Amino acid sequence: MAEFTLPANSRVQVGITHKAPAGAKRVRSFKIYRWNPDDGRNPQTDTYEIDLDACGPMVLDALIKIKNEVDPSLTFRRSCREGICGSCAMNIDGTNTLACLKPIDEVAGDVKINPLPHMPVVKDLVPDLSQAYAQLRSIEPWLKSDTPAPPDGERLQSKDERAKLDGMWECILCFCCSTACPSYWWNGDRYLGPAVLLAAYRWIADSRDEDTGARLDALEDPFKLYRCHTIMNCTQTCPKGLNPAKAIAEIKTLMLERQV
Amino acid sequence: MANPKAAEAAIMRSMLGRARGLGSAKSGTAHWWAQRVTAMALVLLSLWFIASALHLAGQPRAAVLTWAGGPVTATLLLALVVATFHHMQLGLQVVIEDYVHAERCRLASLLVMKAVVALLALAAVIAVLKLAFAG
Repeated sequence: MAEFTLPANSRVQVGITHKAPAGAKRVRSFKIYRWNPDDGRNPQTDTYEIDLDACGPMVLDALIKIKNEVDPSLTFRRSCREGICGSCAMNIDGTNTLACLKPIDEVAGDVKINPLPHMPVVKDLVPDLSQAYAQLRSIEPWLKSDTPAPPDGERLQSKDERAKLDGMWECILCFCCSTACPSYWWNGDRYLGPAVLLAAYRWIADSRDEDTGARLDALEDPFKLYRCHTIMNCTQTCPKGLNPAKAIAEIKTLMLERQV
Repeated sequence: MANPKAAEAAIMRSMLGRARGLGSAKSGTAHWWAQRVTAMALVLLSLWFIASALHLAGQPRAAVLTWAGGPVTATLLLALVVATFHHMQLGLQVVIEDYVHAERCRLASLLVMKAVVALLALAAVIAVLKLAFAG
């Protein structure tokens, strides 16, 4: 059955509090999920009081400050700090987003930070995304064409054909959308999830790709595609402002179009 | 989800193999489309049925029998019954597939659900026919 409560060893307990340094004026509390696979203990929420006058504006700035100055054991992924690598995807203030694009000022009250929901946790804020990456690989996200490329140049597209890829090529595969989707939580082993379906539609919509029929065949499945119930969490949470729900609707429309 | 290390110990199949699974069932579109078509039909049929019920409220049994005995009324009532129970069956199937994960339990739930819905539909059809031919 679907899991509606956490197993006993996953219940989150109250952790320790790291006080702000004396004299700090603009103090905010960051409540951060901590779990270490090596100590055999339950996860806990640690509180870090940070002086915002001595911290950058984004949530990622606060996480880096904590790791550098307060608690070097805090574990999270980050790389580009400008919303293009997708590494720092996490659940902040109840919504999946990128820590580097989320201003601390946008959060009211304590800043609650958890790993992406319903994924196995490797440590602290680092989720195991192996399943999502394998699902991406399974839709074969590369150009498939029997017609050879022109010997003297690249494969051409009209401006209109190219415009169809807008809103899809921008996806950075942070998996904020898939891990926000209840259908992916309950059936993530069989449902591909919004991020992977957006990637699938990116190749279905590409005028240079000649494998459209086979791509639709591979998706036509009660679980791989049709677990999407248009809940729209994916579109609401996307930190890049993309619309995976619309891409999924386009795939369903094509499924119908080839039958009527 | 389970601890990834524990899962790895029990399953050594590659992540890609697991993601591909048993492949595509090559179905689902008809189910998805039927759900939408029956929903659209039910909007119209339900409005008609509610309006008729309000109109008939308080009238004697003879008036109801005259109404239900008309061929157009009987046809629309049967259409309402078929659309309602077909839509119910499609929707409950989705709920069961969403939440019941143990394979045998899922199959059993689907069979029981479809049998119950089919019997309810037949009972409703017989009720409409009895009403239509009572007069």
